[in-house]
Amino acid sequence: MDDYAQFKVTYFAECTELLADVEIQLSELSTGSDDPEVLHAIFRAVHSIKAGAGAFKFTQLAKFSHEFEALLDRMRDGRIAVTEEGVNLLFRASDILSDMIDAAENETDLDADFGHQILAEISQMISGRTDSTPIAAATDDSPAEDSATSTPEPQGPVTYHISFAPKAELFKHANEPLLIVREMKTLGEVAATPKLERLPTLAKMDGEEAYIAWDFELITTAPLEDVEEVFEFVTEDCSLDIIIAQSEQEQENEAGTTASTEAPPSPTSNAPQASKSPVATKVTSIRVDLDRIDRLVNMVGELVITQSMLSQQTNDLPADQFPNMVRGLEELALHTRELQESVMAIRMQAVKSVFSRMPRLVRELSAKLGKKVQLTTLGENTEVDKTVIEEISDPITHMIRNSLDHGLESTEERIAAGKSETGNVTLSAEHRGGRIVITISDDGRGINRERVLSIAREKGLIAENATPGDDEIDNMIFAPGFSTAEKVTDVSGRGVGMDVVRRNIQALGGRVSIQSTPGKGSRFVMTLPLTLAVMDGMIVQTGGAKYVIPIPNIVESMRPDKSTLKRLPNGQNLVSIRGQYIPLCPLHKIFHIENAITDPAKALVVLVETEEYGITGIIVDELIGQQQVVIKSLESNYKPVTGISAATILGNGKVAPILDIEALFRISQALLRSEIDQLDQQNTHTDDPHHLNGTGITPPLTRGVESHSPSSIG
Amino acid sequence: MEAVDTQTATTAPAPPQTGFEADDETTARHGTQQFVTFAIGAEEYAVDIMQVREIQAWTEVTVLPNQPKYMRGVLNLRGIIVPIFDLRCRFNQGETTATPVHVVVIIAVGDRIIGILVDRVSDILTIDASEIRAVPDLDDNGESDHIIGLVTAEERMVALLDTASLFKHEIIETSADDL
Repeated sequence: MDDYAQFKVTYFAECTELLADVEIQLSELSTGSDDPEVLHAIFRAVHSIKAGAGAFKFTQLAKFSHEFEALLDRMRDGRIAVTEEGVNLLFRASDILSDMIDAAENETDLDADFGHQILAEISQMISGRTDSTPIAAATDDSPAEDSATSTPEPQGPVTYHISFAPKAELFKHANEPLLIVREMKTLGEVAATPKLERLPTLAKMDGEEAYIAWDFELITTAPLEDVEEVFEFVTEDCSLDIIIAQSEQEQENEAGTTASTEAPPSPTSNAPQASKSPVATKVTSIRVDLDRIDRLVNMVGELVITQSMLSQQTNDLPADQFPNMVRGLEELALHTRELQESVMAIRMQAVKSVFSRMPRLVRELSAKLGKKVQLTTLGENTEVDKTVIEEISDPITHMIRNSLDHGLESTEERIAAGKSETGNVTLSAEHRGGRIVITISDDGRGINRERVLSIAREKGLIAENATPGDDEIDNMIFAPGFSTAEKVTDVSGRGVGMDVVRRNIQALGGRVSIQSTPGKGSRFVMTLPLTLAVMDGMIVQTGGAKYVIPIPNIVESMRPDKSTLKRLPNGQNLVSIRGQYIPLCPLHKIFHIENAITDPAKALVVLVETEEYGITGIIVDELIGQQQVVIKSLESNYKPVTGISAATILGNGKVAPILDIEALFRISQALLRSEIDQLDQQNTHTDDPHHLNGTGITPPLTRGVESHSPSSIG
Repeated sequence: MEAVDTQTATTAPAPPQTGFEADDETTARHGTQQFVTFAIGAEEYAVDIMQVREIQAWTEVTVLPNQPKYMRGVLNLRGIIVPIFDLRCRFNQGETTATPVHVVVIIAVGDRIIGILVDRVSDILTIDASEIRAVPDLDDNGESDHIIGLVTAEERMVALLDTASLFKHEIIETSADDL
């Protein structure tokens, strides 16, 4: 079995894609699309899953997908109407299918009767509901006719009129009409009438052409499927019409047949035949191992570093003396940039793969919560780097859960509020300013600010007497340990929710915020970098050390005037800019860097935006320059370092740490507090260590440092 | 730039004594192990040759903030970031004043790559497993925990380093610890 391991990997990878596709097509179907291609696409996907399941002997999966496929087959040729109920069943069936695939992949055993409920419903729909078929409803000679697991099987012999016109390709593919006729004969009585209209004179005849066509009259008890199977291998290479010359059913079955000639049903499912499926479209993509791409990305990263090293070394080369050299280097810079972009583009993936998982989540949750929810997704084709895709699934899941559980009201409440019964949740993605913006909005009750505020006070998240603005209150739901759920449900509300979401998003260099209108709904907005592999960074220097500040964090940089610098009694330095007091973070002190400029009036301040502390300033010696940097993990060979999120390699081949702005400010606050504690001790011991560079610091303050920091700038 | 020194340094220590050492032992290849030995001051240490990735001359490293003294900083090793530890300092004998003649031994510990700063690389030892002596259980400052055994090579004592335990706080522990 292990010999197949590598094929299985491919199979499961394919299954994941196919399931995602099924999910998308199903959503399309549920919006009332009547495009026949939608059902065909679902059918093909399920069929491929079935074929693989059969090959790898996943019997349960194969059996289920077979039934699923049978239902789809009837739906696509109109024998079973596509009703809301039907689509619902398809959705649930695809959930079961996905569970079974998971089980097969993880080699876990499911109950033998797993999904039998759905199976029962499927077979019920196949057998019982045919009378709702638009056309069959008019005829409806015998319900029993359709009860067979495959196609309608009339009790008596049926006459099929088959017109069969082979094309030249049929012969080139080594097929032979005679064999087809012989095979037909095994089904019943065949009468053949050749059609010779196209037959030219002998002189004009081309030996490679096919001129003769036939009309067959087949009298058989075999179902239509069996008849079609005779032509299984030649459907591509001939024009074929199979008409049942019996009842008024004619019309319906004809419709069925023409549909099936496009994509022949494969009733007995043997894999080779599936591969012969005429939908073999031109190959426009290939499957590449992720490792190989990662290696490529790494090497290009190195190339970029080498290139920037070269250009640094040759910057002051006189252009008139080495014109070719200078031009060559300029071109190299252009090409490396382009190369890097194309390599990065390889890893770009549409967010579809994540979004397509959400309808299921919403379905299951809304059933559990007893709410009616309509999920709309927009911008599924927005592309981001694979590394980001992997990371956004959890936050999105969490926020959608939150919207359903807390955001949307119960059906009764909605009616009482004069809203439609069905709650709307919209999940959208778009590119904006080199980042991806993912928005999750609902038309629920919005955030109950009074309750949030009282809880925040109760839990000591804000000072007793503080009066935060509406926005600030809304965003308190991201505070650690905050949960407004009155009762803990298993859907959400374990109290670790949104703060973890925020922290995870921040770890990716992203931001998340919420906007809410009471009674109208709320909106989570999450922005993320397009890739986690490269970033635009500002290189700064403090003492002898160089650090990188992520450009997206930077608001501006400035050399503060002495008069704008203030100092709080607890030692916190502030700079006043346009009427705002912005706390400063002494990088040299946090990192214990020697020979740095310690006086903020002589140093440079880089203003950065942080989630937790709003806009804050970092004190550095100087700015070195802006550069695209390749992000390297420190943690692959070392432990995490607080205040540093990753590292990069500069043009000179040296490593430069990338600052973790949020963490820096946490340390700086902690530092202030510990200094206060030390001051306390000093006051009692009267010894003077040399800790504080400032003088005349008045005794301790309360802990409420954060609430003094200016509110975030909107 | 330093690349040149690096190259010479890499090739320099490798070939020398292997020759005659190995010749004696080739017959009894089975139980033998090879070790790269290096020195800080007069003390000699060794690690399994299979762990050693390369040997470089000391170049300036990037200091990371708020790390233990013996963690000298990180180095760019062809695109991967490698932490460099000062072995002398790790054994509480003060910081090494590193110069370009000092040597960094890049080794693999599990799936991590780290560098050890030493004074010099001296030898490649081929020894039989039976020649490895246990560490006398005398000192209790805990440092002998990081030594798996002792070997005598031409009257000199060489301590075999347990690299995994030596730097386990730096390279095994991950995340979890906040502020």
